[in-house]
Amino acid sequence: MKNPEEIFNLLKEKFGDSILGIDKDTPTEAIISINPGQIHRVSKFLRENEELKFDSLMCLSGVDDANGEKIKEEDGSEIIKGGTLSVYYHLHSVDLKHKITLKVSTPREDPKVESVENIWKSANWHEREAFDLVGIVFLNHPDLRRILMPYDWDEFTEEISRHPLRKDYKNPEFYQGMKVPY
Amino acid sequence: MQLKTESMTLNMGPQHPSTHGVLRLELEIEGELVLNVIPHLGYLHRCFEKHAEAMQYNQVVPYTDRLDYLASIGNNFGYAITVEKLLGIKVPERVEYIRVIMAELQRIASHQVALGSNGADLGAFTPFLYLFRDREHILSIIEETCGARMLYNYIWVGGLSHDVHPDFVFKTKEFVEYYKPMIVELDNLLSYNKIFIERTANVGILPLDTAINFGASGPTLRGSGIKFDLRRDDPYSIYDRFDYDIPFGQGLQGTVGDCWDRYYVRVREMEQSLKIIEQAIDQIPEGDVKSAIPKRIKPPKGTAYARVENPRGELGYFIISDGNTNPFRVKVRAPSFVNLEVLGELCKGNLVSDVVAILGSIDIVLGEVDR
Repeated sequence: MKNPEEIFNLLKEKFGDSILGIDKDTPTEAIISINPGQIHRVSKFLRENEELKFDSLMCLSGVDDANGEKIKEEDGSEIIKGGTLSVYYHLHSVDLKHKITLKVSTPREDPKVESVENIWKSANWHEREAFDLVGIVFLNHPDLRRILMPYDWDEFTEEISRHPLRKDYKNPEFYQGMKVPY
Repeated sequence: MQLKTESMTLNMGPQHPSTHGVLRLELEIEGELVLNVIPHLGYLHRCFEKHAEAMQYNQVVPYTDRLDYLASIGNNFGYAITVEKLLGIKVPERVEYIRVIMAELQRIASHQVALGSNGADLGAFTPFLYLFRDREHILSIIEETCGARMLYNYIWVGGLSHDVHPDFVFKTKEFVEYYKPMIVELDNLLSYNKIFIERTANVGILPLDTAINFGASGPTLRGSGIKFDLRRDDPYSIYDRFDYDIPFGQGLQGTVGDCWDRYYVRVREMEQSLKIIEQAIDQIPEGDVKSAIPKRIKPPKGTAYARVENPRGELGYFIISDGNTNPFRVKVRAPSFVNLEVLGELCKGNLVSDVVAILGSIDIVLGEVDR
């Protein structure tokens, strides 16, 4: 069983600059930030290393950080330009019973993160969900389709209403000829 | 002469009694043989996570009821624990005991539906009625206390919505005594029924490493032969004070990790829940259940992930707070959502009729799959 700081030091030693830092200020858990292009390599290491053995991905969440520039529209709504979208990985080892949280941040205008689907199969649907609701594109994902929203949501709606969990999401007026805000 | 065969696509659901809700399975079949299963979700999607961002922390609780609507207490419990973790508050002893007893009662009620519908899907309708008869006892105990039979809104952040009814202790004890022989009856009626065993043993075998890799949890994981239960392995609330066993799949009727094992783990878990209730019910201390409820919930900036063992598996809440009265982001790691993913793997190479048995043994609730 290792604590987050030991895991951070181990990763720092192995991957150097790809490990961006550890955030210990949060009241409940420490979060290790990682370069989005390196997450696959780091995850593989976390799973295969004998001392770590993170064999299970508990949760993968896409988050809109809403830390960009907020521009007011004429109708009172807000659009966010710039800033980042983040993915949080909650890992856990069934054998050794330790836990760790990873975080990658990617620019809002071109959100691309490597998929970890071939390391933990449970990432498959979680990544599809993050793609669907937050709009993060997972590279090398075998089946990146929408999962909760209708498959044809894009065809009928404008760009601002593609991904509901973005903070500047606006309800579309119509979907397939049906009024949306009923 | 070799005849040419061709696979065909069959839609099972969204309106199909054995999909336990509105789930569409696209089956690719060759004769009776299933080659591939593609689940299509989202028919019950109602943007719980988006709604939660527009609510204050305490207003989210009734929405969590509607995730896994067969185990609402568990959902409230998980949410309350996560927010309490974020706030750093401790709840009174009395609250802890009542929460645990309620959650265990709910676990039995939920397993009764799971076992009953698993049997009913395979043609055994009588056990279903027996189980629902007994579930009624639990529902009336809970109804007496919180006034609802399904969506309770009972466990609040920092406490409970009401203290228990004066009859609660008596009736719960009565139920525990009443229900013990009923589990034996269920065993005789369904668990060791020859036809039921034929339909479920050696069907849909889930190896342990696949189960872990797919993130399966709850009875679906334990059926594959591992003693892993969050109540013991990542203890929350006061579960470390009680003495109970963790049932796991042993392949008694076939191979470890088959449908029968997953079914049987649930039956034995009901026994263990009774054991926890028996220990807890005598120890409930006096106290005020509302004393620790914060007047205004405004957690500091930060994140919290907490998980509880729901009847269906690991229910996790990931909450990000930006220091306001509304959560910045609430993500639900629903056990059914993750367990359902393994379905495709299990069904390959089985017959169409086995899909029903496998789906019943995974026991999903679409309310939390689609959120």
